[in-house]
Amino acid sequence: MNEHSILLISHGHFENDFLEKLAREVTREFLLPVSIEESHIDLDEFYDPMRRQYNGNKIIKKIDSMSSNQFIKKVGLFRVDLFIPILTYIFGQAVLNGTTGISSLYRLRNEQYGMKKDDDLLFDRFRKVIIHELGHTFGLVHCNVPTCVMRSSTYVEDIDQKDIRICSHCRTLLSETTPSFSNYKT
Amino acid sequence: MAKNISILIVDDEDSVRESLYNWFIEDGYNVGCAENAKQALSILESKNFDIILADIKMPGMDGLEMHRRIRSLNKDAIVIIMTAFASVITAVQALKDGAYDYITKPFDPDDLSHLIRNAARQITLKSENEALRNKIVSLENVEDLIGNSEAMIKVLKEIERVAQSNSPVIITGESGTGKELVARAIHSNSQRKFSPLVSVHCGALTESLLESELFGHEKGAFTGAMFNRKGRFEMADGGTIFLDEIATISPKMQIELLRVLETKTFVRVGGNKEITSDFRVICASNKDLNQMVKNGTFREDLYYRLNVVNIKIPPLRERIEDIPMLVDHFIKVYCTSMSRNIMSIDKAALKRLETYDFPGNIRELENMIERAIVIGNEKEIRLKDLPFERDVASSSIESLDDLEKKFILQILNKYDWNISRSAKALKVDRVTLYNKIKKYDLKPSK
Repeated sequence: MNEHSILLISHGHFENDFLEKLAREVTREFLLPVSIEESHIDLDEFYDPMRRQYNGNKIIKKIDSMSSNQFIKKVGLFRVDLFIPILTYIFGQAVLNGTTGISSLYRLRNEQYGMKKDDDLLFDRFRKVIIHELGHTFGLVHCNVPTCVMRSSTYVEDIDQKDIRICSHCRTLLSETTPSFSNYKT
Repeated sequence: MAKNISILIVDDEDSVRESLYNWFIEDGYNVGCAENAKQALSILESKNFDIILADIKMPGMDGLEMHRRIRSLNKDAIVIIMTAFASVITAVQALKDGAYDYITKPFDPDDLSHLIRNAARQITLKSENEALRNKIVSLENVEDLIGNSEAMIKVLKEIERVAQSNSPVIITGESGTGKELVARAIHSNSQRKFSPLVSVHCGALTESLLESELFGHEKGAFTGAMFNRKGRFEMADGGTIFLDEIATISPKMQIELLRVLETKTFVRVGGNKEITSDFRVICASNKDLNQMVKNGTFREDLYYRLNVVNIKIPPLRERIEDIPMLVDHFIKVYCTSMSRNIMSIDKAALKRLETYDFPGNIRELENMIERAIVIGNEKEIRLKDLPFERDVASSSIESLDDLEKKFILQILNKYDWNISRSAKALKVDRVTLYNKIKKYDLKPSK
């Protein structure tokens, strides 16, 4: 663990293999070491009984405040349905140019859409959301390149259309704005 | 696309502002926030935002009222109203007031993305449109106003001078001098050129028809008024209304017109709702309005309201040096429209045109050229193609003798003064024809 590594914080039950595979994907994309930590925060305080969902804005603030600054970026991984007050749901959320992001696989599961369970597809979607949110924390905004992982996705089908990778345009932006990514070009 | 678009979020709830801020900032928009309408208006006084996303229910001033005030600050801003309560009436009111759209909280992420993307696209298209408009400004000209005589150059300069203002204009000139063309030239060189130029020929309408034509009418205003109808003043909103033959309108309509010009508001016939329209008025008359004011047939107050700028178009006989250019122009126009090779005009025919006094002005010349092209030999317009000698029904005939004289001369010319053939054509004997030639002192033209 060091100040140049990324922390994935799991909330709820995730298989170790699943988390380790995610960590490898994040490392591959951002060329930074990734640590995994299990969180025991009580999500009840973020539950909105009217909406039967968890408030993403409040969760981000909680994660931001609870960990020390030994990681440059932190992403909370959830299994619950997240929202922000103005939107009916979110797949993930991050603070632009900040340190913290969140993502949930709740709405990424095929079963939510009346389709057959598909663990590989679920993993594929989840890693894209995590990388997307991390991209925001590194200052990337939504990209218009159809295959770029930084493209905005409001449906799971949109996520499926994207590639796992950050496009060359966004990589160039990263290398220009973030010193540690100075050699981060395709 | 999002890079240059700015969004102002106006909502009294912190969580809403924060959520929207984070959402839009991730899309690359420039985002600002205000926690109430007063703060938003204060921000908007010093900075323009392209899109304003405003809550409908806020303490102090609601979103609808704020929207109306925003309109006065920046009428180009796209305002989207948000509410937690789905109220169709409020939604309709917001849209009626010019809001771009209406969205109910909480939004589906895809709906919000689409809404903002479409609004951003509209802004981009609008700015592209404006850029293109500016590019084509140089293409706007007064090409239908032909002539380089001193009199015509003076008219063109006046058009250029008055086009940029919003002042009323009176165009005077004889019938057929091109008053409507001058009105079009003024309009197409003004800031209003992308809005309509609405023409009304006042002389062709009765008082009641003109009233309905100008102000519109409500359904049931009179027998046969089955549906609401927009008047010409409404149609000219943002543009120009051209009132031709203004001297013909009745005293009652003169009063109505004066009131509309002063207030820019009016009521449709049979209606009671005041309608406002932003139009420029250009009038035309072939009568001397000043003299009509002196005679008491045209209201003095209306005359002075209209007569801010007066453009006098000279009759064609006072700018004969323009005739060759006009002839060329009409030849090109009609040969092209008839898909024929461009013709020329022979010297004799042109000279005849230059010595004619053209009581019907340019319209008469245009008709002559069109006719000559139709009946001509497809290469050159000759004197015989022009209607001077043949037109026995011309306005210069003053008596039956005059008519007979001109008709005999026309036949003689047609048969190259061959008396036998001419007499046969006239169905008289040769002696009678000789007597007529002597009586009218007819001679072959040189």
